[in-house]
Amino acid sequence: MSKHTFTHLDALESESIHIMREVAAECKNPALLFSGGKDSIVMLRLAEKAFRPAKFPFPLVHIDTEHNFPEVIATRDKLAADLGERLIVRSLEDSIKRGTIIIKDPDKPRNPYQSVTLLETIAEFGFDACMGGARRDEEKARAKERIFSFRDEFGQWDPKNQRPELWDIYNTRVHAGENIRVFPISNWTEMDIWQYISREKLYIPEIYYAHEREVIRRGNSVIPVSHLVQPKPGEKVEVLSVRFRTVGDMTCTAPVESTASNAQEIIDETSTTRITERGATRMDDQTSDASMELRKKEGYF
Amino acid sequence: MTFQVLKIMSNTTQLLRFITAGSVDDGKSTLIGRLLHDSKSIFEDQLSAISKTSEKRGMAAVDLSLLTDGLQAEREQGITIDVAYRYFATPKRKFIIGDTPGHEQYTRNMVTAASTANLVVILIDARKGVLVQTRRHTYLASLVGIPHIVLAVNKMDMVDYSEARFNEICTEYLAFAAQLGLHNVTCLPLSALVGDMLVDRGDNLNWYQGATLMELLENVEIDHDVNTTDFRYPVQWVCRPQTEEYHDFRGFMGRIEAGEVSVGDEITVLPSGRTSKVKEIVTYDGNLQTAYAPQSIAITLTDEIDISRGDMFVKADYLPTVAKEFEAMLCWLSETPLDKNRKYLVKHTTRTAKCLFSSIDYRVDVNTLEQHANPTVNMNDIAHVAMKVQQPLAFDHYKRNRATGCFIVIDEATNNTVAAGMIV
Repeated sequence: MSKHTFTHLDALESESIHIMREVAAECKNPALLFSGGKDSIVMLRLAEKAFRPAKFPFPLVHIDTEHNFPEVIATRDKLAADLGERLIVRSLEDSIKRGTIIIKDPDKPRNPYQSVTLLETIAEFGFDACMGGARRDEEKARAKERIFSFRDEFGQWDPKNQRPELWDIYNTRVHAGENIRVFPISNWTEMDIWQYISREKLYIPEIYYAHEREVIRRGNSVIPVSHLVQPKPGEKVEVLSVRFRTVGDMTCTAPVESTASNAQEIIDETSTTRITERGATRMDDQTSDASMELRKKEGYF
Repeated sequence: MTFQVLKIMSNTTQLLRFITAGSVDDGKSTLIGRLLHDSKSIFEDQLSAISKTSEKRGMAAVDLSLLTDGLQAEREQGITIDVAYRYFATPKRKFIIGDTPGHEQYTRNMVTAASTANLVVILIDARKGVLVQTRRHTYLASLVGIPHIVLAVNKMDMVDYSEARFNEICTEYLAFAAQLGLHNVTCLPLSALVGDMLVDRGDNLNWYQGATLMELLENVEIDHDVNTTDFRYPVQWVCRPQTEEYHDFRGFMGRIEAGEVSVGDEITVLPSGRTSKVKEIVTYDGNLQTAYAPQSIAITLTDEIDISRGDMFVKADYLPTVAKEFEAMLCWLSETPLDKNRKYLVKHTTRTAKCLFSSIDYRVDVNTLEQHANPTVNMNDIAHVAMKVQQPLAFDHYKRNRATGCFIVIDEATNNTVAAGMIV
């Protein structure tokens, strides 16, 4: 394209729009997973670019662990309402009541249980494709996952039996009971996300920007004090200037020390940071070198 | 070794996709590891994880190849089993690396990763020179039409950084590449282990005046990797908001696969052949006067014609072929061999149709490039076939236009993608 500057963000955006339109056109009953986190907010903007001036041809779905930051849930509800799009929320609490999730330790992270409620929600609405905001740069197992990732009746991912994905021709066919997870922003990195947030002036929850917060130090991590996390005897509560790089389960999402108060300052910080996004902030991924791969095989995103 | 601090990418940063091809011991993983490391794209927690593993395996230095070993099974077996994608960026470009294994049984993985690549780095061990695998990788690169080829003669440290050895290998390789009609080849000597000529020039290869690998990756001209002349616009989705404000709006949404389009242009809709004029080019960020490949847009027309997904907008100055029969080179991807008695599905641009193979003309031995008649077509085989499709497709020769010359074959019984095809 010689007469027009087509940047890497333009290229990524166009690819993601193309993927979303393929899902809308070829899948019978798709959904877009939307949590109110920064990646899913980018997904929402991409969906606007793909389908406006019409409504989205799919609902937004959130699987709520009820361990989420209140600011993120508020953003989720506000953005869905502002766009006038349908939002379906299903909670882990529903599965716990049904007895399909049995929580062993109420203080432990709930991410491993999300798969159960997600699969139940897929069955309830008969979704054949769920679009999610996962990126390949997040984690080693994700680096090998296809954009259209096929799941069997149990929602399981088989890394050794993936459909080859060539050019931009996606095979969206599934048998009854099976479904596809689609990752339109597979090729985006953390840096791309922040550059896009900056370029598009996207509203994201305030906790992504530097703010003062009560935290405690456990091992190498800084953990936010909340109704779910209280200091243990001997632990000291400190007030630090922090921001969150990811916003997941409050019990296992650690903020990083930062003074970056807008997207451009975060871009500057991200360009010199020396720790990966999940490595810095997700204690649940540090339990084993292959923890994400194991969770994905069980139906996790 | 010098570290450049990665400064914020500017608004003109381009995206380049490349793959690396080499056999198991050519140092491919080390090369990728070093590119990531020397461009400061490796994080401390990743480095600490691989340091621990290197130590556990009793290695003296950190094994950078461990960075690209994605899955548990591979880590256990110490091999790469599939295509993995890696990302790094410099102020000039953002890069996507498709990391493919070098084992013979994984031709399908290389073809998969190659299908979206602008460039391939073919790795040679300077001690071994041009091997059967090198020829295979080069043939596949030419088959899939990767626009730029870099021959990286690695392990120069093992041949005393000999210029004569490098020249000998290049001469042999370029002669072979010319046989395949490849002229866009750049050769460079390097040592992935030591780091010479990757990001830094090092002190050992002073006789080499050309660009380092990173300079090549940052500067290779990619604007013409897509066809910029023949407008091709497969309709993906018809947008009908049916709201008061947009009561009569019918936007034909899609991505421009080739060429450009402007408001007022006369377009032809294939396969029907009906014509109309472009009324508006609509995007979320406002209407455009002209749009180019590979932008995703919506087009409205001045006339009401029946148009649906699978149709293609083109301009009369260069029309694609519209036909139900064509010939193609096929890369078979499935463990179940091609069955000539069965019907399959072909997905080409946004159109899916039933198809059958009317003839299997020959299979290409990817090692010797010999043609074998009357073959069975098994996984990883490359074959020349003739196909019949139930509905007409609007296509170009793959060499002229990758986007409208490629297709996949799907087995309806399993829904698996069983072949990749390139129309010849």
